[in-house]
Amino acid sequence: MSSYKIIDHEYDVVVLGAGGSGLRAAVGLSEAGLKTACVSKVFPTRSHTSAAQGGISAALGNMGEDDWRWHMYDTVKGADWLGDQDSIEYLCKEAPAAVLELEKYGVPFSRTEDGKIYQRPFGGMTKNYGNETVQRTCAAADRTGHAILHTLYGQALKHNTEFFIEYFALDLIMKDGACKGLIAWNLNDGTIHRFRSHITIIATGGYGKVYYSATSAHTCTGDGNAMVLRAGLPLQDMEFVQFHPTGIYGHGTLISEGVRGEGGYLVNSKGERFMERYAPKAKDLASRDVVSRSIAVEINEGRGIGKEQDHVHLHIDHLDPKVIEERLPGISEASKLFANVDVTKEPIPVVPTVHYNMGGIPTNYKAEVLTVNGSEKTVPGLMAIGEAACVSVHGANRLGSNSLIDLVVFGRAAAKRAAELVKPGMKHDEIDKSETDRCLDRFDKLRNSQGSNPTSELRLSMQKTMQSKCAVFRSEKTLKEGVDEIRKPFEGMESLSVKDKSLIFNTDLVETLEFDNLIRQAITTMDSAYHRKESRGAHAREDFPKRDDENYMQHTLSWCNGSKTKINYRPVHRSTLTNDVQYFPPQERVY
Amino acid sequence: MVQFNLPSNSKIKKGQYYKDKTGSKNIRKVNVYRWDPSKNENPRIDTYEVDMDNCSSKVLDILNKIKNEIDPSIAYRRSCAHGVCGSCAMNMNGKNGLACTKSHSELDGDIDIYPLPHLKVLKDLIGDLSTLYKQYESVEPWLKTTKINDKENIQTKEDRAKLDGLYECIMCACCSTSCPSYWWNGEKYLGPAVLLQAYRWIIDSRDEDRKERLKKVADELKLYRCHTILNCTNACPKGLNPAKAIAEIKKMLATA
Repeated sequence: MSSYKIIDHEYDVVVLGAGGSGLRAAVGLSEAGLKTACVSKVFPTRSHTSAAQGGISAALGNMGEDDWRWHMYDTVKGADWLGDQDSIEYLCKEAPAAVLELEKYGVPFSRTEDGKIYQRPFGGMTKNYGNETVQRTCAAADRTGHAILHTLYGQALKHNTEFFIEYFALDLIMKDGACKGLIAWNLNDGTIHRFRSHITIIATGGYGKVYYSATSAHTCTGDGNAMVLRAGLPLQDMEFVQFHPTGIYGHGTLISEGVRGEGGYLVNSKGERFMERYAPKAKDLASRDVVSRSIAVEINEGRGIGKEQDHVHLHIDHLDPKVIEERLPGISEASKLFANVDVTKEPIPVVPTVHYNMGGIPTNYKAEVLTVNGSEKTVPGLMAIGEAACVSVHGANRLGSNSLIDLVVFGRAAAKRAAELVKPGMKHDEIDKSETDRCLDRFDKLRNSQGSNPTSELRLSMQKTMQSKCAVFRSEKTLKEGVDEIRKPFEGMESLSVKDKSLIFNTDLVETLEFDNLIRQAITTMDSAYHRKESRGAHAREDFPKRDDENYMQHTLSWCNGSKTKINYRPVHRSTLTNDVQYFPPQERVY
Repeated sequence: MVQFNLPSNSKIKKGQYYKDKTGSKNIRKVNVYRWDPSKNENPRIDTYEVDMDNCSSKVLDILNKIKNEIDPSIAYRRSCAHGVCGSCAMNMNGKNGLACTKSHSELDGDIDIYPLPHLKVLKDLIGDLSTLYKQYESVEPWLKTTKINDKENIQTKEDRAKLDGLYECIMCACCSTSCPSYWWNGEKYLGPAVLLQAYRWIIDSRDEDRKERLKKVADELKLYRCHTILNCTNACPKGLNPAKAIAEIKKMLATA
């Protein structure tokens, strides 16, 4: 093995990732006086939180009566009862304070006539336990994520958080089942950095790039999820992948649900507003899994639009151009750039597109990572937040605008919990050299790959398999084929080709490490989907069209060692956190 | 007369030529600036023949195609691919922009791709933005208010509208690296990107530190190196107007 220059650091807490949740955690940790490092492979404001458009949910009641319990009911129902209701209670109850805190940080929210935070309607968000649409989603035009991300970065600067930017994390450092820090590669100068910490918080986002067409950024490769798998820990509910109903046809760029919140609607080739048939009450504002499936059915039954009849149209040309200019300027720009459409005159061609991972690293509502050993137990020293985590508040399907609130509520919760567990300046454990060797072995082996399969080819093969075998509708047949096929790109790594051998900004190697991370998540996603023989939320099985509460009120746990997986289950939490609200028992889910 | 010469290692040489292997009838030549810090070599321009029949519409699609199919060693930053993260800012046919939103059909002839001008190059198309980030930090980009209560700040729609055209900045640095004043005095002049951000906080009705913020930027070098050349506004891929923001700051100082 080549020799690498290793630089050691000691921190009370290391946060991996500098998107919305990582930054919010870092701010809280710095406020608590803990020595905190925030490590990120991109400059913080480049994180994918910046792409969130429509808004952040919280029962502020600025635009009509609202109650956090109604928000909780909507989230439980949106999750198709797979969410843990103790965590969902925590999310919805803490949400209003978390949004007000963002406003105080300086987020430029749009305003109502009386100067309060503007809130818009969003899919699945209702009044009085499912009765009528409520305006709960707080918005900064259609650039809410961008506004929040930049503001949180400012707060982190205010609190002097130490950043390690353009550092690519390689592996966790584990000792006796506890996390002791992580190892990262500094792209700027090629050195290896070993961070020792009492707590490591993973905030690395989703892994949308396992699919061919996704609204996700190129950098959404779920690096933290894969680090957890390599540490011998499980990921949870990986089969639940959200397809956003409205990605721009042919390009995948997100068109916010806020468009339908402001009055936009979908039509098929016959000009029908088909959502009226699938969701008579909520129509175009049903939850995302329902709308995506409806579009897929319309296309499958020959009512799609275009030469290939493979997409539908989203109309906002009936809206007042002033409303579009004030509340949806970003999507006007994106539609012009990527679909060559003037939204004030023409409809936007859209198709369901991979958007969000409900699954991820299992945690409790305090953001502590869980594993099972007979029953649930926490992993000392390890936390996860944001899209990387599966708390699980989104269960089998996330409601729009519940992701941004998830970031800040659980980012804050993680900082709070860490401050309880760690006292500033506590002594660090000695770590065995073998952890570093194991990590650098893999790194060195990938770097010196001299085979014949370029990373880009293996990645494409993985993406095409996921796209065709693990899509909106799934069946025993497609999934069985998928389980076999998805292992081929993994095996292809035996003869991998990496051309660039350098250490400074070697993006050939970065993409290879990212692929190594992606393929493990693709395998666990496919295998988890194969084993769940029911339909729930975003997981729609044609051969098992009904939800099966008797057998599957359970979270899937999947371990992955090489291409071998182990699947197990843990029961969904069937109780609330406090007596402020009662448990919502499973019901039929209609919109 | 004094003679100025570029240091010998900064001279750009002709690099490798990658001929098309697909047999495509629709070829475009793409010239890309290459420099590898780990080799003791001068920068070079590599030329790639790209099959445009199988390439999506943006310059970033060309770069991804080169990286995936021709030469995986080429280095550039990219992330969101739809103009919100600001990673893929670069110079294309002489003009700064985002590779992910710039259509190659808008560029004439061969395509020349360089890093953003006047930055220290780290590798290929990746420039060093650390000075700009430090300058951003220096304007203290956070809300300063002494109000401590658990209610939101009230802000009228009119006051909120003053932030439009400012808060959308994605910090891609296209503007600052197109500004001759910034090229010349980049260490001391804050440049259009950072001054736009400074103004975003100066003009926020919720902020109680306006006077101090103005005082801090009212400096011969930090602010007044802007000579209204307007390259910044011309370069901004988000259609913002940094020059106007700078003019507003100057106006506020003049009328204070």
